[in-house]
Amino acid sequence: MAASRRTRSGGKEESGTPQAKRFEPDELEHLYRSMLVIRRFEEKAGQLYGMGLIGGFCHLYIGQEAVVVGLQKLARPGDSIVTSYRDHGHMLAAGMDPKGVMAELTGRAGGYSRGKGGSMHMFSREKGFFGGHGIVGAQVPVGTGLAFAHKYREDGGICMCYLGDGAVNQGQVYESFNMAALWGLPIVYIIENNKYGMGTSVERASAPGDLCQRGAAYGIPGKSVNGMNVLDVIEHCAEAVEHVRAGKGPYLLDLKTYRYRGHSMSDPAKYRTKEEVSKMRSESDPIDQLKTRLLDQGVFDENHLKDIDKQVKGIIGEAAEFAQQSPEPDPSELWTDVLVDA
Amino acid sequence: MPTQILMPALSPTMEEGTLARWMKKEGDTISAGDVIAEIETDKATMEFEAVDEGTLGKILIPDGTEGVKVNQPIGLLLEEGEDESALEEAAKAGQSGGSGNESGGGASDGEADSAPKTAPAAPKSGPAQPPVPSSGNHGAQPDADEPTYDSFKRQTVREALRDAMAEEMRADPDVFVMGEEVAQYEGAYKVTQGLLSEFGDKRVIDTPITEMGFAGLGVGAAFARLKPVVEFMTFNFSMQALDQIINSAAKTLYMAGGQMGCPMVFRGPNGAAARVAAQHSQCYASWYAHVPGLKVISPWSAADAKGLLKAAIRDPNPVVFLEHEILYGQTFDVPDVEDFVLPIGKAKVERVGSDVTLVAFSRMVGHCMAAAETLAEQGIEAEVINLRTLRPLDTATLLKSVRKTNRVVTVEEGWPFAGIGAEIGQICMEQAFDWLDAPVTRVTGADVPMPYAANLEKLALPQPEHVVEAARAVCYRSQA
Ligand SMILES: Cc1ncc(C[n+]2csc(CCOP(=O)(O)OP(=O)(O)O)c2C)c(N)n1
Ligand SMILES: [Mg+2]
Repeated sequence: MAASRRTRSGGKEESGTPQAKRFEPDELEHLYRSMLVIRRFEEKAGQLYGMGLIGGFCHLYIGQEAVVVGLQKLARPGDSIVTSYRDHGHMLAAGMDPKGVMAELTGRAGGYSRGKGGSMHMFSREKGFFGGHGIVGAQVPVGTGLAFAHKYREDGGICMCYLGDGAVNQGQVYESFNMAALWGLPIVYIIENNKYGMGTSVERASAPGDLCQRGAAYGIPGKSVNGMNVLDVIEHCAEAVEHVRAGKGPYLLDLKTYRYRGHSMSDPAKYRTKEEVSKMRSESDPIDQLKTRLLDQGVFDENHLKDIDKQVKGIIGEAAEFAQQSPEPDPSELWTDVLVDA
Repeated sequence: MPTQILMPALSPTMEEGTLARWMKKEGDTISAGDVIAEIETDKATMEFEAVDEGTLGKILIPDGTEGVKVNQPIGLLLEEGEDESALEEAAKAGQSGGSGNESGGGASDGEADSAPKTAPAAPKSGPAQPPVPSSGNHGAQPDADEPTYDSFKRQTVREALRDAMAEEMRADPDVFVMGEEVAQYEGAYKVTQGLLSEFGDKRVIDTPITEMGFAGLGVGAAFARLKPVVEFMTFNFSMQALDQIINSAAKTLYMAGGQMGCPMVFRGPNGAAARVAAQHSQCYASWYAHVPGLKVISPWSAADAKGLLKAAIRDPNPVVFLEHEILYGQTFDVPDVEDFVLPIGKAKVERVGSDVTLVAFSRMVGHCMAAAETLAEQGIEAEVINLRTLRPLDTATLLKSVRKTNRVVTVEEGWPFAGIGAEIGQICMEQAFDWLDAPVTRVTGADVPMPYAANLEKLALPQPEHVVEAARAVCYRSQA
């Protein structure tokens, strides 16, 4: 009944030493900047939460930045994205405006959902971002439907569907896998395996076996990738995205990553040791890793990176300012958007 | 100017906390993300991480200080290039209080946050926290039907629920508890605190996130005559399991010609939490109360919670037990007797009155009690009925009251259409038509998904003022 501790069959996790040189300097700068935007955004969100300006649940993405930044580098305009409630990073990586995202966190009229959705429920049709879903696993069939629409319209788009390591045990995930494989739908299922679903480690929640093999029974190819290094993510996920874009059906990726903060703001995170967290932070931080590589390989110098830091701080500062200045939604908003007028 | 480091809010409703320990000394360099202090909230010690970088110039609040208010400056951070002289300037400038000192906090636990948020044992603190009378010994006049007890203990609803499960588990080895985070984490809202250590992992079981799976597994185990208590982290997630609850748990006895009982409890927090928006704030009372083959209970006080959960676990039928997150931390008197069990299907008159009957369940009973106080000041004596069980509904208690007061206001957090209030209105019309002096009136949640924004959320939920207004209206009193 209680999970006995078993060892997990050690599947190969794709990582390696991709050559930073293979990326153009402006691409590298984009990756660095994008990860930093997410990091600083989340730190600021944490701070605003501490000041009582953000309420309810607020799930920070700190530590996982390389996953969404790397994968969205492989996406194209016209693709769609869908994820869970841990969604701030995805929205920023999708090109949504930090101001609108932060103002949604503070529940203001200037937010993407005009203050009605909050941290967990935000959307941007323009950027192909379909949420922001508070119910664990619900985004998986929804993403499969987005992929269905891409195929139906033959628009060349694919769906990037993100889910947690905890979400993989929801039944609807497998119902989705079957339909996606059966109908050859263009979808990349991306497990953001940060080792815990709330306070439960993967070992205590999932039967032994590699999560990337969860689609094997449906013939869905799978791969584990080091999700703490953005260049690894790009290099080792490119094939999956190409496979899907070429019309060969779904692909399943298991990105090994880590969240530094508690599950949501008020989780004291007693289920893991401080050493575990600080080891990940000091040895595997995605931003530090890229920074070191850029400096070592002489792509940029310290000053250039400092300038980027400063610009990013400015962007986030403005977003926080906007999120505090934007007014609360008008009381009449309570009654709007329940149905489309018809 | 040095940056002020402010006391953070580390849970949605934290107002003050203890600064347990600084992890940095004056003069230490700090980078963003460093843990600078440990702060105790009402239930947990949390690490406080720096957002800005610089040097810790001055500690304003020393280790071990209790009752530090959120947003109070606790230290000063020197930025690159600033030195001690900046501190003196800051001292001259005086305590400016920091920026953005606005309260947007709701009143609820986080999912992974178990703090008793609503201040425990705070009987009267404004409309959001209505007066909390005891279970029948003082406060308003007791209900004559309710047995009286000599001794009580003060308990939170959270503790009462835990004790109910623990007592039933001690008494019956077939009772087991299962759900997400119920064992090692001791419940996302700490309701199952201590159960794993007492009963072990055979009987207190952490599940994967797979509601349809473990709810259905519970049904099968109940068919096999075990007595599962299945916790939904919140009832919002029971929708994943709806088919098993309705099609398997509720209907099988009937379809099997009486052979196949399903003695189990589905429990967890229901209704509106605070600031968690539409997918996490919803009342399922009328959904489940619609279904023949289920019993549906929704307690208000700690005594209700204890006595009715014990009854639910013993009941040979599937029982849906709807708790309320915001009540978990509220304290009430619970009869201090050997085996305190309350009857399912019996409402309680929490306050006796002659002019109007206020009918509610769960958290809204508190709103009604608060409204009744206000109404009393205006010369209207309200009778408050705490339904406790929604299916089967105690129509006898309801009708007895209606025949006395001739006026009824129903109060619920859920949506109006086909809600519990609609059902009560119909019962009154069918069975007490001649006694009614005014139309039965409903106070309900707004007929919209729950908004996130603080101002809209407040507008979406019934407030005690709405109950007062409705009561005055059925008494044909004009605006006060
Ligand atoms: C259906 C459902 N069940 C339970 C929850 C409560 N819950 C929210 S997040 C979470 C853990 C999810 O873990 P994982 O999928 O690993 O994602 P992560 O939070 O690590 O990003 C749980 C149990 C929910 N929101 N929806
Ligand atoms: Mg996870």
